[in-house]
This record gives sequence, structure tokens and C-alpha cells, in this order.
Amino acid sequence: MRIADWKEKVESYGCYDAISEMLERIEKSKLNAYITVCRDEALKMAERYDRGELEGKLAGIPVAVKDNISTKGILTTCASKMLSNYTPVFDAHVIERLKAEGAIIIGKANMDEFGMGTTTETSYYGAVRNPYDLERVAGGSSGGSAAAIAADEAVLSLGSDTGGSIRCPASFCGVYGLKPTYGLVSRYGLIPYANSLEQIGPMADSIDDLALLLEVIAGKDRRDSTNAGRDFKFVPEDRKLRVGVIAEMGGNEEVMRRFSEVVEVIKERHEVKEVSMPSLKYALAAYYIIAMSEASSNLARYDGVRYGFALERLDSWRRYFSKVRAEGFGDEVKRRIMLGSYALSAGYYGKYYLKALKVRTLVIRDFRKAFEECDVLLSPTMPSLPFKIGELADPLTMYKADVNTVPVNLAGVPALSVPVGFERGLPVGLQVIGNYFSENTLLNFGKWLAGRFEEN
Amino acid sequence: MVSIRDVYHTAELAKIEITEEQAEKFRKEFEKIIDYFNILDEVEEDVEPTFHVLPITNVFRDDVEGECLSQEEALSNATHKEEGYFRGPRVVE
Repeated sequence: MRIADWKEKVESYGCYDAISEMLERIEKSKLNAYITVCRDEALKMAERYDRGELEGKLAGIPVAVKDNISTKGILTTCASKMLSNYTPVFDAHVIERLKAEGAIIIGKANMDEFGMGTTTETSYYGAVRNPYDLERVAGGSSGGSAAAIAADEAVLSLGSDTGGSIRCPASFCGVYGLKPTYGLVSRYGLIPYANSLEQIGPMADSIDDLALLLEVIAGKDRRDSTNAGRDFKFVPEDRKLRVGVIAEMGGNEEVMRRFSEVVEVIKERHEVKEVSMPSLKYALAAYYIIAMSEASSNLARYDGVRYGFALERLDSWRRYFSKVRAEGFGDEVKRRIMLGSYALSAGYYGKYYLKALKVRTLVIRDFRKAFEECDVLLSPTMPSLPFKIGELADPLTMYKADVNTVPVNLAGVPALSVPVGFERGLPVGLQVIGNYFSENTLLNFGKWLAGRFEEN
Repeated sequence: MVSIRDVYHTAELAKIEITEEQAEKFRKEFEKIIDYFNILDEVEEDVEPTFHVLPITNVFRDDVEGECLSQEEALSNATHKEEGYFRGPRVVE
């Protein structure tokens, strides 16, 4: 549902009833999009809206927030047993911004545990189902944020993207999702998985809504030392772009059929050519080594002492930490922490971690070169249609599904996933990658494309 | 090749207790994953590593007292606490 449709609803029967109706839909839903539903607080806010007390760009609009974003007084679990009892005492920067603009936080969205997964199946609270086929996954790791938009269980949502975690579920659920340029949105209050790769980003049912949410959350924050200190403002533009199709990115036959059709449509207005980025052959391995290494360091904080899951009896520290972490973390999180420890350990640092960082330099170089001759770059967001639940049981097979999305995070450039129709009744997403801080170009291109698909 | 010893050693580094059954499962999975990671051996070009994508410098604040969490707030998520302190496991074994 778009903001415009929501406003019409609110106009005709009030925010309180509109929110009540949405809460009822969430309660009956089979999707499992939420870990926590903020029923009472959302209704209170709706009443305030109806009394004319809520003001701002997002006044009275229900927003779902991924459960790795800290919300003061609201349970924030990262979909992990480790944080199943954790209630933050402060708000993330993006939450302060939402509140300042009058948004209604309707609930905390389900996700892969600590963001580690491509299907939302690693959640301690169970998988999110795909709104188009309940036997399939919604994508991950921001699966709840995407499914909620697709099923009218929220109007807007926040996700986070470390290696595709906004774009993958946006593609699988047929909604819009944007991974902003690294540094555009403050990470203050985002519970970290891999700091040098991840960004919070918007998800919505239209480009205009996506742009509005980005305007609200982007900007300066001194509490994130990697914040770029830049604002974002959506300025409509209509110009012919130089569009590059990345030769090294692709997908299976069904996805490529749709992709080729979309490229034909784009050629009607824009200049399209193929570009080659040879370093992408190594991007997936480099990404996982860096992400796992950062994870092993970040997740060292979970010791069962200051917050989170704890054992009844305090033992010696070695035994206590090892047991708390054995019980509190799921298998995928354990795998990533252990492999990260391995990649950083004596004798392997140069072979894996340092080598991965060098590949990252090569990937950045290839992107810079491509952007010398192109304004935007294209690929399918995901190489296949949404998977069946349980289909990606083998970890390496799951990692390989991220092949088109992870290079973007290695380089820190922005990327958008745009829904471009269906194959076998399942949504297909187009990934549009831009140069650093070119969100305005991406969103305008996305808007033009959306217009073309709505016409057809 | 990843040995069972490697898996136990890594689990010890990561401070995660694992069972025998888990160790064997992880060993097989790690072997496949690390084998895939070895594709990086093909990369011969030597360039500077990139730790951060943006040219950023440290952000400093003035050295003045600011707002911070109260003791009560800081302790609110801890299971084991005593007289306003966190209670942790024994450090000296």
C-alpha cells in the first residue's frame, strides 16, 4: 500500500480505525513478518493523529522496523535467542528521526538471526513466508520488512543491508528497496554484524514513498564515526542515461528471460551497453571473509553478563561464555563467528582477511571504471526466483545466492531493487547500481522504469 | 583440508562450546566453504587493502560532560547484578 492510498483510508475513516484494521490483518497473517507488534502504542499514536497532535512528513503512517534497530522500551531481539530478553534504553538515530516526523512504529520485523542469512530462515522466531506463495521464502535478511509492505501489514519499513539484505527480500516480495551509499544513513543504534559493509535503508511500495523515507533517515549524526554528514533530497529529473549491463552478473533462465525483456524496454529511452568487471569473480569469497571476520569481532560482546541471554549459574568465565554462546546463538551465527575467527587467526590473516581487503580494492576500481562510462549499472537482483522453504539447507549454496548483491557492499555504492514483473507468478527484481551518493539518479531512473511497467 | 582439531581450535577462539556431532557437521561445511574461499589464491595483483570505503577521519567531541545512561538504565538488561554492579563469572581459575 502506498502512502497516498493510506492517506485516503485515514481521510475516510480515521487513523485509529485504519491502524486497528492493519493490526487485525497482522494478527490473522500467516507470514510471520513480525517478532513484536506494538499494538497499544500504535493505537495511542493513531488517536493522537486523529486529534491533530501528530505532525511531520510521516505523520500517522505505520512503519515496520527491522528487529536489529534499537527502539527504546521495545524488545529488540535481532531474531536471536541471545537477545530474546533485550529491551534497549535508547533509540537508534533513524528511530529518533521517524518519531520526529510523526511516524507510527507498528512493530519490529522478523529477520535472519543478526542479519546472517538470505531467506529469513535462520530467525529464532521461524521463517517469514512469501506473500505470493506461502511455501516459499520472503528473502533475507530483512524478510519481515519486505513481506509486511507486500501484504499491507505496514506502509513503509526499515531494513538493513550488509550484503543484499534489503534488495533480496524486496526482489522476492515485489517491493522497492534501497541500500544507500555507505555513510549516508547513521548506523547509531543498528546492532552491528559487519560495520564496514552495512547500511540501514528504506523499503516501500513506490519510489516516491521510498524517497520520502530516505529523506527522513539520511543525514548527519556525530554518534556514527563513519557518517558522511550529507542530507538527501529527492529532486525529479528526466534525462537520458548511460546504462551498463554488468556482464559478470546474471541468473537462471527464468530470471534472465524477464531481465532481457526489461533491458529491451530500457533501450527505448536510454543508451544501453555491456560493461565488464573482471574482479567480480572474487567478490563473493572476499565479501564472506570480510563479513565473517567483522562478525567474529562484533559478536564477541555477547557474553551473558551485561545484557541478553544468561545462564542461571555463573561458572568460570571460559566455561560460562562458551556455554552462553553455545545456547544463545543459532548454527549460522556460530558458523560465521567461527569462520571469521579462523580467517583472522595466526597464519591465515594474510591468506584470507588481508587478501579479501585487496580484492575489495579491485572491486572498487572496477566500479569506478564502469561509472566513467555509465550513469547506472544493471543486473537481476537475485539469480533465481524465491526459494522453497528448506531449499537452501547447504550454507555455501545459500551464500552463492548473494552473488549479484555483495559487490555493492564491498564498494559502498548505492543500489536499488525495482520490481519488474513476474515469472511463474513470483516477483522478479531488477538491481540498479549507482555511483557514490547518486541516490537521486537511481530513484529517478527507478521512477521512470516503474512508470513504464505500470503502463504495460 | 579442515581437521576436527581445527574446528575445536576455532570454537575455542570464538568461545563457543560445541558437541562432537556439531564438530563433525561444521568440519564438513567449513571444508567446502574454505575450499571456495581459496579462489582468492588466483588473484595475483598486489594492491593496497581497503578497510573503509570512505575517506574518513576520526570524529572528536569537546571534552565536556554530556548526558549518559543512568546506572539503573545501564543495569536494566543484566540478569546477574549486585549493589549497582554487573555480576560476572570468576575470571581467575
